[in-house]
Amino acid sequence: MDISFEHVSYTYQPGSPFEYRALHDVSFSIPSGSFVAIIGHTGSGKSTLLQHLNGLLVPTSGTVTIGDYRLKADEKNKQLRKLREKVGVVFQYPEHQLFEETVAKDIAFGPENFGVDAKEIDKRTKEAIRATKLPEELLERSPFDLSGGQMRRVAISGVLAMNPEVLVLDEPTAGLDPSGQREIMDMFYDLHHEKQLTTVLVTHSMEDALAYADHIIILNEGEVYMEGPPLDIFQHQDKLEKVQLDVPEVIEFVTKAKHKLGIELDYTGQSVAELAKDLAQKVRGGRDHE
Amino acid sequence: MSHIEFRNVSFRYQEDSPWVLKNVSFTIGSDEWVAIIGHNGSGKSTIAKLMNGLLFPQEGEILVDGETVKPDTIWNIRKRVGMVFQNPDNQFVGTTVKDDVAFGMENHGVPREVMIERIQTSLEAVKMQDYEKHEPHRLSGGQKQRVAIASVLAVSPQYIILDEATAMLDPKGRKQIMRTIRDVQEEQNLALITITHDLQEVTEANRVLVMNEGEVWMEGGPRDIFSKKDQLKEIGLDTPFVSQLAEQLGHAGIKLSREPLHHEELLEELWTFRSNM
Ligand SMILES: Nc1ncnc2c1ncn2[C@@H]1O[C@H](COP(=O)(O)OP(=O)(O)O)[C@@H](O)[C@H]1O
Ligand SMILES: Nc1ncnc2c1ncn2[C@@H]1O[C@H](COP(=O)(O)OP(=O)(O)O)[C@@H](O)[C@H]1O
Ligand SMILES: [Mg+2]
Ligand SMILES: [Mg+2]
Repeated sequence: MDISFEHVSYTYQPGSPFEYRALHDVSFSIPSGSFVAIIGHTGSGKSTLLQHLNGLLVPTSGTVTIGDYRLKADEKNKQLRKLREKVGVVFQYPEHQLFEETVAKDIAFGPENFGVDAKEIDKRTKEAIRATKLPEELLERSPFDLSGGQMRRVAISGVLAMNPEVLVLDEPTAGLDPSGQREIMDMFYDLHHEKQLTTVLVTHSMEDALAYADHIIILNEGEVYMEGPPLDIFQHQDKLEKVQLDVPEVIEFVTKAKHKLGIELDYTGQSVAELAKDLAQKVRGGRDHE
Repeated sequence: MSHIEFRNVSFRYQEDSPWVLKNVSFTIGSDEWVAIIGHNGSGKSTIAKLMNGLLFPQEGEILVDGETVKPDTIWNIRKRVGMVFQNPDNQFVGTTVKDDVAFGMENHGVPREVMIERIQTSLEAVKMQDYEKHEPHRLSGGQKQRVAIASVLAVSPQYIILDEATAMLDPKGRKQIMRTIRDVQEEQNLALITITHDLQEVTEANRVLVMNEGEVWMEGGPRDIFSKKDQLKEIGLDTPFVSQLAEQLGHAGIKLSREPLHHEELLEELWTFRSNM
């Protein structure tokens, strides 16, 4: 589904002493089927923005459009239930929200709530755990007996069992070890590919944004600070540093190689091996002419 | 005698369950920074819990400054060994951030005037000075971790163990906090034991313990450890980006004189290589 934000602002607890404007005049659009990363330092408004994607929050002003659904201040937003069926959200530390006695029941909770019949739920559950690589034996176990990584996969399976068209991920790999992080990200990327799922990922990992996203939106103090394809965005190290963001390590290295050795390595997503080959050639080449 | 020593330690959680640590021996000096790495389930957190007497080994012995860790010494030992877990929720005792930081110090008999000052400085060190009156449980994950670190800094133990204690912070925040902790460590000559997946952080430690399936698999300086890439790969551990690049440069015919630990070292090596051609 296409997603667009038009002049969206959001204020928490307006009129109270705790009033806080978390988003200000945010506009962007995401075509259906894209993979977008949202980046920004802590408190920049990322989670607030995400909660607009399934109507958990409604803009204080401006309009959010997701497919045929529209969220607007002061309008009756009555299609919320339908919207939530289409937009699956994996919140931060989703395993904290597990509560059923068995893994199977936890996964079934969402679809059951939306009136999906038992046979279909069964089918979806199997599909979901195949995607998240959970063994079938776990279905009858209590989710609380599982390891942290497995609990996270259960929570994600529950979202997948809704058969969403849009997948919204709020730092889905936080707290996992590196191999766990990679497995989860590869899984989301595969789903995105196979099912053409529009994917919106909030991440602190510039490496992930570079590896998986085709578009990046950078938030700063509730406003869109930059947006564009990863390779373009990461050209602007100075501008990113102003809002306390890094560039991926490979790009940082490429920049340093230029400054310190005068070697130009054009980074276009090569592997480490390809980059090394190019670098080796240029280190040598610099001398061949003398 | 100022060190933590594991002597042939074996541990399992239950009689009938498998050994989680198998004949583990190592020593950590009282002013060293030692990083412990290893994949999930390799026994890192168990080591941390044994160090300050949350668990006791079935076999072998653990000594802190020469004193054996056992039920009747733990109160004394915990004054010297402070620990921060990944999930600080289980660690908060105070109803406000300030109380929480104060609690540990009260337990250690720190005088009131000193306490007030230390609450201030330790909260400032982790940039949480504006949250004194907040409830710890209502903070974000990263903020909770900051407070937990402040609480341990305030007590200023001889040994500080951080078990994935910065995992919920964003990368910049993590770097800042680690810098602060490093400064404190150097100023006060403390030992730092960090359990982490952040390889960049590991390159800065004095020494690295690599755990695999309950055994100390390798031990050495970060340069030694990361030069053994094939062995690390064998047990499924990553190496830092510069290490990978150096390895690939080797395949492309550029042999470096030593394992580089960060960008600058690698670039210097390349500079030298070029000038010697
Ligand atoms: N319920 C709330 N009431 C008041 N302020 C809030 C609330 N939730 C979040 N905020 C504030 O809004 C800002 C943006 O928060 P958030 O969207 O969670 O940021 P991010 O996800 O980028 O860290 C922060 O300053 C945060 O403190
Ligand atoms: N409270 C416990 N009861 C039973 N087994 C446990 C407990 N805590 C950890 N284990 C097991 O001990 C092993 C080592 O765990 P741990 O020390 O937490 O590893 P790490 O911190 O390296 O991930 C794992 O196999 C884990 O499942
Ligand atoms: Mg957030
Ligand atoms: Mg652990």
